[in-house]
Amino acid sequence: MSFTGILSIALGAILVENFILVKFLGICPFLGVSKKMDTALGMGFAVIFVMGLASIFCWVVNEWLLVPFNLEYMQTVVYILVIAALVQFVEMFLQKAVPSLYQALGIYLPLITTNCAVLGVALLNTQYGYNFLESVVYGITGGIGFTIAIVLFASVRERLEFADCPKAFEGFPIALVTAGLIALAFMGFSGLKVW
Amino acid sequence: MNIGKQFKEGLITQNPVLVQMLGMCSTMAITTTLFNGIGMGLSVLAILTCSNIVIAALRKIIPQKIRIAAFIVVIAGFVTMVDLLIQAFVPALVNSLGVFIPLIVVNCIILGRAEAFASKNTVLASAVDGIMQGFGYTVVLIIICVIREFLGSGTFGGGILNGGLGIRIIPEGYPALLLVLPFGGFLTLGCLIALVQHFMSRSASKEKKNEEVAE
Repeated sequence: MSFTGILSIALGAILVENFILVKFLGICPFLGVSKKMDTALGMGFAVIFVMGLASIFCWVVNEWLLVPFNLEYMQTVVYILVIAALVQFVEMFLQKAVPSLYQALGIYLPLITTNCAVLGVALLNTQYGYNFLESVVYGITGGIGFTIAIVLFASVRERLEFADCPKAFEGFPIALVTAGLIALAFMGFSGLKVW
Repeated sequence: MNIGKQFKEGLITQNPVLVQMLGMCSTMAITTTLFNGIGMGLSVLAILTCSNIVIAALRKIIPQKIRIAAFIVVIAGFVTMVDLLIQAFVPALVNSLGVFIPLIVVNCIILGRAEAFASKNTVLASAVDGIMQGFGYTVVLIIICVIREFLGSGTFGGGILNGGLGIRIIPEGYPALLLVLPFGGFLTLGCLIALVQHFMSRSASKEKKNEEVAE
């Protein structure tokens, strides 16, 4: 695979086809964990890590286990199990090795299991027929795209707390409208290509 | 067991999307035509009901510590079944929903109901809960689909009526294409939730009606 191919996958995953704002994957943590900048950043890094690992493991499991035995129809079940096990493992590892990071992430770590973006990246890798390197790049850059979106959104939302808006829009609805405006801004990247 | 109460909870007071704010990804991503909305809604309804029944039946066998993993396996099994059925009988839906059919596994509504309701109640009550919550989800999806399709592409019933093209209401060139794009998903859902909050606060405190908010 050429360098430009990898670069265009990376650029696509971060900007053009951003996981949250264009593909609508991982909206729950995007809205739930974006009230403060610090937690948003922590969640973003945890997601980059897990999405990268999930891409690696799901590719290996699919290519070496499911395809040789013609079990592709089990992909959904197997992928979610791989991801759940992975998150559990990462949690135990962080608890022993880096307790400070574990403390900072807290409840958000186990919640990554039900993040659509993680299962989504594994399924999309298979759907697009990416090879190992492409899958890993797509997973990690997809996570970076997620982090950029959630950090941007958290910084806007911190100010939104003090904004004067109609009573019915307070809280969740105004956050959704704001996210929509950020999605509108990201539409400006569509058509961006690496030659 | 009180079917009337569960019906009201599923549709309005505990609506999975508008009040509990669960299952946001699919709600915003696929609601561009009526066909998508109905297909997605019915798939979730079927999976939610089946998984609720099985989880309620197994609630005394599943150990407390690994219950989430066990729930996910049950749900993933039903999602795979529905996915294969859709591929066999409604292939058009596979093209328009794409990766969002397998992603029903991580739809928070299903895991949420399994944890909050099915793991504590009888099989029959859980089945009714699954149908009502799934129905509430489907109704919201259809409402969002109709709004976005009408304003964004100017048609009604896309994918089903008039040979899949839908009935054209607004002439071509006039609809705001923006509403079928991701921005429209966020905006429509935000306005819909604001509307619900408005009516809930109004019915609670009998406040004066505010015309602008409804817009």
